[in-house]
Amino acid sequence: MKLVACVKRVPATDTRVRVAADGVSLDPQGVEWIVSPYDEFAVEEAIRIREKLAGSELVVVSLGPAEAAKEIRTCLAMGADRGVLLEDRAAYARDVSSVAEALAGAIREIGPDLALFGRQSVDSDSAGVGPFVAALLGWPVLTFVRKLELGDGLVRGHREIEGATEVVEARLPAVVTAEKGLNEPRYPSLKGIMAAKKKPVDIRPAPPLAPRTRVVALELPPVRPPGKVVGKGKEAVPELLRLLREEAKAL
Amino acid sequence: MSVLVLAEQRQGQFRRAAFETVREGARLAGQLGAPLHVAALGSGIEKSAAALGGYGATKVLVVEGDAYTAYLGEAWAAAAAEVAKRVSARTLLLAATSLGKDLAPQVAARLGAGLVADCVALAVTDGEIEATRPVFAGKARVRVRSAGAPLVLTLRPNVFPAGNPTGPPAAVERVEVPPCPARSRVVGVETAAGRTVDLTEASIIVSGGRGMGGPENYRILEELAREIGAVVGASRASVDAGWRPHSDQVGQTGKTVSPNLYLAVGISGAIQHLAGMRTSKVIVAINKDPEAPIFKVADYGIVGDLFEVVPALTEAVRKRKAAEGAA
Ligand SMILES: Cc1cc2nc3c(=O)[nH]c(=O)nc-3n(C[C@H](O)[C@H](O)[C@H](O)COP(=O)(O)OP(=O)(O)OC[C@H]3O[C@@H](n4cnc5c(N)ncnc54)[C@H](O)[C@@H]3O)c2cc1C
Ligand SMILES: Nc1ncnc2c1ncn2[C@@H]1O[C@H](COP(=O)(O)O)[C@@H](O)[C@H]1O
Repeated sequence: MKLVACVKRVPATDTRVRVAADGVSLDPQGVEWIVSPYDEFAVEEAIRIREKLAGSELVVVSLGPAEAAKEIRTCLAMGADRGVLLEDRAAYARDVSSVAEALAGAIREIGPDLALFGRQSVDSDSAGVGPFVAALLGWPVLTFVRKLELGDGLVRGHREIEGATEVVEARLPAVVTAEKGLNEPRYPSLKGIMAAKKKPVDIRPAPPLAPRTRVVALELPPVRPPGKVVGKGKEAVPELLRLLREEAKAL
Repeated sequence: MSVLVLAEQRQGQFRRAAFETVREGARLAGQLGAPLHVAALGSGIEKSAAALGGYGATKVLVVEGDAYTAYLGEAWAAAAAEVAKRVSARTLLLAATSLGKDLAPQVAARLGAGLVADCVALAVTDGEIEATRPVFAGKARVRVRSAGAPLVLTLRPNVFPAGNPTGPPAAVERVEVPPCPARSRVVGVETAAGRTVDLTEASIIVSGGRGMGGPENYRILEELAREIGAVVGASRASVDAGWRPHSDQVGQTGKTVSPNLYLAVGISGAIQHLAGMRTSKVIVAINKDPEAPIFKVADYGIVGDLFEVVPALTEAVRKRKAAEGAA
């Protein structure tokens, strides 16, 4: 089976956001970069499939700056076979469609049976690229998958919807987006890290696609007005209740 | 150049998020001076669709048929895109529910549109739509406009007011669209036991964290929740400990919620937890550590032992209700 996992280089989740001088992007000063956490679930799942089905290949695809080769190497160290980097120095100015169109092109060329994505990237938080790519390719998509089974030209996914778990089956080739809980991603072993150095990473320019949306401002969220500590212990309960009813009108 | 709202229903019932989206679509269309269209997909929904009139729809375009009994992305996206083309939609609005998040990107791809997901505010500026959406797990926001293409926007549930129903029932008109062969199907649905309202749709949430000390202690939260009509949520620490199911988790790797009232009980307020709940309208923290970061975002806090404060709160609400019932 041929597998693709799409991974994004993102700021570590504890990054303090500072707005760059352009007013629309993140100031990269001092930012530490990682593989987007949901993408690790996608890579881990793909590695498990590859380990189970002899003769399989897993290609990791990322659209990002040259530095994103590091995140691809991390995935190769986990066990992926090779990488493709669609290089774009200004990758962070892209929107969902301009990323999805580029990834869809690369996936079409690789021709996998299954393309895995994270549920969402933890910087743009769109949860859009996976299903967008699926629609461009004309493939079915299973989003937010927490349990995955493969069999006989089919993929079956358990996905959580409001108040229920839905089991959906799709014919291959298909797209899957990974939700937390799908698996526990492994840490690269020392042996894996050594092996990754010899695995090929094909670096090529990303197709220059114009975004369909434009960011006019990146801002810090409005600060919540300072709250008040109503009091200590259960003696404070009547006053809390009064405030919730009369001041906040929330009860 | 119209605004199209795709109103979501499940099992024939339109969801509150659908009402919110229709209301917001009507407001935007008014400000843009553009026609408003409302559409819905499903089977047997012609009667219930008329209720959308209460939220600003004069007419609802209904795509009806067995193919739309269960949600399937490919078929629904094809039908939605077809309707959008017929009404020349420049702006398409959906709720950012599990269905909307799955469907919106697929429709956008089919329409050559841009996607703006999980909006928390929409405005008309210089005659065009400007959407505000959280990024970096809520640590920042972007304001986004079109770069010339149509836009598909999803609206975070519970953020945009639906208001009370006002208008007369909407007219319902059936539209036929060519069927789309689907290569996927729903093979089963397991309803979560004992849960009627999902966290993302709850107007009050009581979440318990590691401070709860163990799964059995959630009983006191459930009692409070019953008294105030809340749904119980959890932090990742308590989910990872196996005390609560993952579907209860609020935060960056859990659910994003914005209830009217969020009570954080024995939760420290880590940045990844705040990511999921900081757009709540009113936040209450109950924590024994006065330095806990949750107090920085809480509107009201009680410093104290939750095992003392929570039962007292439940009791006080119960007494108050009894007093009001007697009066
Ligand atoms: C990539 C990533 C994603 C993450 N995603 C999420 C997520 O989606 N959701 C999430 O919640 N976390 C998430 N986390 C974890 C997050 O960083 C915190 O570890 C977690 O939120 C802590 O949970 P907690 O507040 O319940 O526990 P703790 O931080 O241990 O806090 C427990 C609190 O309970 C209080 N307490 C203890 N006993 C009592 C008592 N008797 N009475 C009153 N108060 C008491 C303590 O003072 C303390 O403040 C994520 C982390 C990472 C790295
Ligand atoms: N620049 C990128 N390169 C590779 N994959 C990406 C990129 N951006 C997004 N993705 C994939 O699409 C998923 C959803 O991203 P998003 O729509 O930005 O939330 C991510 O979890 C990745 O799997």
